[in-house]
Amino acid sequence: MNELDLKKDGVTAINHRLHALPENTNERHWVIRNPMGQHAIACGLDGPLHVEVHGHVGFYCGGMNKDAEVIVHGHAGVGVAENLMSGLVWIKGNASESAGATGNGGLLVIDGDASSRCGISMKGIDIVVGGSVGHMSAFMAQRGNLVVCGDAGDALGDSIYEARLYVKGKVASLGADCIEKEMRDEHLADLSRLLAAAKRKDNPKDFRRYGSARKLYNFNVDHADAY
Amino acid sequence: MDPNIPRTTPRKSATFDDYTLSEIRRAATTGIYDIRGAGAKRKLPHFDDLLFLGASISRYPLEGYREKCGTNVVLGTRFAKKPVELKIPITIAGMSFGSLSAQAKEALGRGASAAGTSTTTGDGGMTPEERGQSKMLVYQYLPSRYGMNPDDLRKADAIEVVVGQGAKPGGGGMLLGQKISDRVAQMRCLPKGIDQRSACRHPDWTGPDDLEIKIHELREITAWEKPIYVKVGGARPYYDTALAVKSGADVVVVDGMQGGTAATQEVFIEHVGMPTLACIRPAVKALQELGMHRKVQLIVSGGIRNGADVAKALALGADAVSIGTAALVALGDQDPHLEDEYQKLGTTAGAYDDWHEGRDPAGITTQDPELAKRLDPVKAGRRLSNYLKVMTLEAQTIARANGKSHVHNLEPEDLVALTVEAAAMAQVPLAGTSWIPGKGGY
Repeated sequence: MNELDLKKDGVTAINHRLHALPENTNERHWVIRNPMGQHAIACGLDGPLHVEVHGHVGFYCGGMNKDAEVIVHGHAGVGVAENLMSGLVWIKGNASESAGATGNGGLLVIDGDASSRCGISMKGIDIVVGGSVGHMSAFMAQRGNLVVCGDAGDALGDSIYEARLYVKGKVASLGADCIEKEMRDEHLADLSRLLAAAKRKDNPKDFRRYGSARKLYNFNVDHADAY
Repeated sequence: MDPNIPRTTPRKSATFDDYTLSEIRRAATTGIYDIRGAGAKRKLPHFDDLLFLGASISRYPLEGYREKCGTNVVLGTRFAKKPVELKIPITIAGMSFGSLSAQAKEALGRGASAAGTSTTTGDGGMTPEERGQSKMLVYQYLPSRYGMNPDDLRKADAIEVVVGQGAKPGGGGMLLGQKISDRVAQMRCLPKGIDQRSACRHPDWTGPDDLEIKIHELREITAWEKPIYVKVGGARPYYDTALAVKSGADVVVVDGMQGGTAATQEVFIEHVGMPTLACIRPAVKALQELGMHRKVQLIVSGGIRNGADVAKALALGADAVSIGTAALVALGDQDPHLEDEYQKLGTTAGAYDDWHEGRDPAGITTQDPELAKRLDPVKAGRRLSNYLKVMTLEAQTIARANGKSHVHNLEPEDLVALTVEAAAMAQVPLAGTSWIPGKGGY
């Protein structure tokens, strides 16, 4: 295990250190101390590293990562794991808005709550939130799964494409073109897999599924009031 | 009626002209707003309303074909470890694969590279064709983040954070179902054939403070090598430029309302935003007040057509210009030899703007493989290269005539305006006077 002190070295030096590791490195386990809420910590990682951050992180922690595992023992600022390509980002605390925004793949786990726009424009990422999510979550969500073990705020899944949303608690309101859908066996299996990956004990049968009504996919003047 | 009584000539309303009437009928029939490509078509104050003074007793010209007149430009000198060095101050604007065929994107790369300049991706990601053929490629970072991935980000020579564009400041992208082919759908993670309306706001930042952090993240991911451009539509150029600088931009791109789009509502194109001419001086003023003119480079786009336009934009303070619509014309768009096919589409060469329908007979704004095959990327690239070189020669001609050994030495004092409006917008004197509206004189 290698330790990095962000207070001493700064974000750029630490990211450079992690980016510069060769593909076949055996220095895979890293700990970052004193993150001090700094932005862009452990972003752009490209390889099977395991990075543990002890403390709170600012914006865009783990952004655009491939293959890496980033565990944050604290809270996360805006856009955690934005555009994640693959791998894992796990927030042990709460996350601010736009968590997992535009993520293409991989898994984002937030043990606590996530603020507004969680999973906005998600493109294949799986997101599991132990608590609740704020308004406009999964806005224009294209692909992937958003699992919410608590409640969802207003306008969930507004203008959603093909992403799947699973919510255990209450949904304040659904956004344009988002509807409740039948929970079939394939969805229960998928949800079980995601809950297990996030080490959750929740029963998949307690969740409801939401997705696109697909009425806004091609313009129809008779649906204009939905826009 | 008595035929001996003279009748007045039938008079059509200037307010309800033929175009307006046809649009009312179209709207009433279809129930949908008119969608089209390109930029504002209305008559606007533009570079044609400015003239260069040339040399005289007080200015000493350079020999037209012999004396050196530099045209190179370096973009991204503020923070980037690897600035973009171009031979000419004319770049190719962002246009997406999806809105354009792969052949057209390749041709743009070929033409730009041959002329020593850069081309730019668009809302849809980077294709191997354009990366392979573009010596210098700017990667657009858009609200939709279609096709966005860190590998392509690192392959780029510069990154352009797109906040807005001149044709639709405040509007998102639009690509209708006809153009969502298998490949386009795959790149954008969307179902084939749907109408794709991309976001108008970035999903993970709001405002200049956040933008500063976003730019920092992009720099961290790319090892602080790439210049970061910030592109804004011509809406509030003074404040937008100042805020882009504050956010850490290396380059600011200001796109006026004549700048083209692949598709959006006609009402948006014609009624939102400002003419390019009105955008330049406020942007330059912001840079000057911050002490950043020529340190943060300014690229101006929207209706650039020839070397005179290039020279005028530079004289007003830009470091470079960008072309989109004109580049497509150079590739072969709007060519009269396709008139029969344009007629079949209900239009005419020079007016074709249904780029969103994907039926472009020139094979440029289409995803139809048969139509796209019509465009030879090698020949079209050569045409673009020729055009860029002609524009550069024209700008040099004007610069030498004004006694300048580099096109960047052109200055507002070399210009006069033909109209009061242009004088006010460009802040140069009305021809024959020293009057600059709002600044005194006579």
